[in-house]
Amino acid sequence: MVLYFLKRAALTIPTFFALMFLTFAAIRLVPGDPVEVRVGERGISPERLAQFRHELGLDQPVWKQFFDYVWALLHGDFGTSVVTNEKVLTEFFTLFPATVELSLSAILFAVMIGVPAGAIAAVKRGSWYDQTLMSISVVGFSMPIFWWGLLLIMLVAERLHLTPVSGRIDLIKFYFEPVTGFMLIDSVLSGQKGALLDALHHLVLPVIVLGTVPLATIARMTRSSMLEVLGEDYVRTARAKGLSPFRVIGLHALRNALIPVVTVIGLSVGSSMAGAVLTETIFSWPGVGKWLIEAIGRRDYPALQGGVMLISAIVISVNLLVDVIYGVINPRIRHGR
Amino acid sequence: MALLDIRNLSVSFATRSGAFRAVDSVDVVVDSNEVLGIVGESGSGKSVAMLAVMGLLPWTATVTADAMTFDGRDLRTLGTRERRRIIGRDIAMIFQEPMSSLNPCFTVGFQIGETLKTHLHMDKPARRARTLELLEQVGITDPERRLSAFPHQLSGGMSQRIMIAMAIACRPKLLIADEPSTALDVTIQAQILDLLVALRRDTGMALVLITHDMGVIAETAEQVVVQYAGRQVEQSPTRELFRDPHHPYTFGLLAALPERATGRRLPAIAGVVPGQFDKLPGCTFAPRCPHASDLCHSQVPPRAPARLGKALCWTPLVNGVPQHSAVAS
Repeated sequence: MVLYFLKRAALTIPTFFALMFLTFAAIRLVPGDPVEVRVGERGISPERLAQFRHELGLDQPVWKQFFDYVWALLHGDFGTSVVTNEKVLTEFFTLFPATVELSLSAILFAVMIGVPAGAIAAVKRGSWYDQTLMSISVVGFSMPIFWWGLLLIMLVAERLHLTPVSGRIDLIKFYFEPVTGFMLIDSVLSGQKGALLDALHHLVLPVIVLGTVPLATIARMTRSSMLEVLGEDYVRTARAKGLSPFRVIGLHALRNALIPVVTVIGLSVGSSMAGAVLTETIFSWPGVGKWLIEAIGRRDYPALQGGVMLISAIVISVNLLVDVIYGVINPRIRHGR
Repeated sequence: MALLDIRNLSVSFATRSGAFRAVDSVDVVVDSNEVLGIVGESGSGKSVAMLAVMGLLPWTATVTADAMTFDGRDLRTLGTRERRRIIGRDIAMIFQEPMSSLNPCFTVGFQIGETLKTHLHMDKPARRARTLELLEQVGITDPERRLSAFPHQLSGGMSQRIMIAMAIACRPKLLIADEPSTALDVTIQAQILDLLVALRRDTGMALVLITHDMGVIAETAEQVVVQYAGRQVEQSPTRELFRDPHHPYTFGLLAALPERATGRRLPAIAGVVPGQFDKLPGCTFAPRCPHASDLCHSQVPPRAPARLGKALCWTPLVNGVPQHSAVAS
C-alpha cells in the first residue's frame, strides 16, 4: 500500500514540470506585461519604463526568466506579487480557506443529494421519477455557471429576498478577526449570536451554483453504476438471505455501486476548487479564484504562476487521496498490489 | 405432509413482445430429508420455478399456482416481510456462479454473520463462534484466517463452500442448490456434491438439486423431475427413471449418455429446443420426437399415471416402446 502510494506520488512529478512550463508560457502569450498595465495610458519616460522592467527581471531573455522561475520554485519560492508586494504563498493561503469552504460545501451538497437521488432512480428505473430526474440532470450538467448564478441572484436574492446577494457574512452586523479563515468555524469561535447562521445563509446560493454540475454528474453516475450492480449475482444472494430491501440496496448494492462514483467525487473536488473562479466572481466571494481573475487583469505574473501551481498541486493531491480512498472501499485494489 | 408442496405452478414474464411462459403447470413435492433432482436443459424453467418459491423473481414475472406451501404455510398469501423471515432461514438457496454470488466488498465472516444476525439475532461473539463452526463444517481449512478474507482471495470451490456455509447457517429445512457444481472443475464438482449429500445426511434437511447433468442426478437424487421447455415431462424415483424412462425426451437424454451408447456414433436428440415465441399447440417435444403423431402436434398430452413416471405424453414408453393404450387406462 505504501509502495503503491509512493509510486503514484512519483508519477505526479512530470505533471508538475509540464505545469510550470504551461503557466509560464500561457501568461506571456497574453499581450501586455505588468509594467504596461500599471503605467496605463498616462505615458511614462522610456528610462523609467526600462528601469521598472529591469527591477522585475522582464528585460532578461525569456528562457532565462523561465529558468530563474523554475530555480526559485524548486527552492520553494513562489515569488512576490508585482501588485501588492506580498509573498504569493502568503496571499494564496489567506484566501484559500474561503475557496475550500465553498467547494467542499458544494461537493457535500452534491453528494448528499446526488447519491440518494441516483440510487432511487436506478431502483425505480423507467418510472416518471427516474425520467424526470435524468432530464433535470441533463439540464444541470449543461448549465452555464455564470448565467445560472445571475439567474438565481435575480430570482432568489433580489425578487424573493430569501438569501443575501454576495459575500461571506453580513459585515455590518458581524465583525471578527479571522482565526482559521473558514467562516463557518470563525463565526462559531467569535461567539457572536447568529453569526454561524448568517454565514450559512451566505453559503446557500454559491453552493447551489457551484454544486449543480457535480450534482448532475454524481446523480447520473450513481444511477448507471447502481443499475449495473443491481443485476449482479451477489445482490440476488443478499435477497436470498432474507435481508430487507433497504439493506440489500443501501448496503450490498450501493457499496459496490459507489466505487466508480468515488472517483467522480474526487475529481469534482479538484475541479470545483479550480472552477470556483466563476462562482467566486459572481458572488464576490473572496477566494483564490477571484484573486486569480484579478491577477490576470493586472498581468501579475508571479501571482498567476504561483497561484495556478498551488491549485494544481492541491488538485493533484486530492486525486492522489482519492486513489487511496478507492483502495479502502474496494478491497480488490487494496490486496491487489 | 410434504415439506414443500407446489401444484400447477406457472410463471410468465411480461416482455416487450407479449407474455412469455417460462414455467408451465409444474408440480414439485419435496418431503423432509429427501433429495429431489430437477433436470433439464438451459431455459427449461428449472431455476425459475425455484426462484418463484424463494420470491426472487423480478417484478416482470407473474406467478400462479393452485397450491404453494412450505412447512404448512401458504407462500402465495404470505406478505413480503413474513416471507423474508422464512427465506434465508428455513429455505436457503445456493447458485451456479459462486465467485460472483459473494459480495466483493465484504469479508467472508461478515457475509455469513449477517445471516445469523438477521434471522437468529446472535451477538458478535456468538456469530463468530458459529461462523467458525460452519466454516469447519463445510471443509474450509484454517477457518480463523478465512473469516477476514475477501471473496476475490478465494477459489471457486472455496467460494461455493462459503455459499453453502451461509445457506446452512440457520439450519434450514430445505436447501435449493441451483447447479451448484456447474461452474467448477470436475474434481471440485464431486467434492461439492459430496459435501451437500453429507450435510443433508447430518442435518436432516431436504435438498432440491437443479442440474443438467444426468450423472449428478444418478449419484445424489432420490426423486427426479425432468423439465422440457417449461413443462414437467416426467417425474419418478431415480432408480426407476434410469431403468425405464417413460417420456421420449428422457429416453433420448439417457440414450445420449456416453456410458450407455452402443454404436460408434453417440445418439442425439434431433432438432432444437422451441424458442421463446414458438407457439406449439400440442406437445412441446413433438417436433423432435421420433414417435410423434398428428395428435401430439395438435393437442397437449395428458399426464400418465405414476407407474408410467407421470409422463406428459400421448404414448409413454415402456422399455423404449410407445404404449398407445396407456393413456386410456
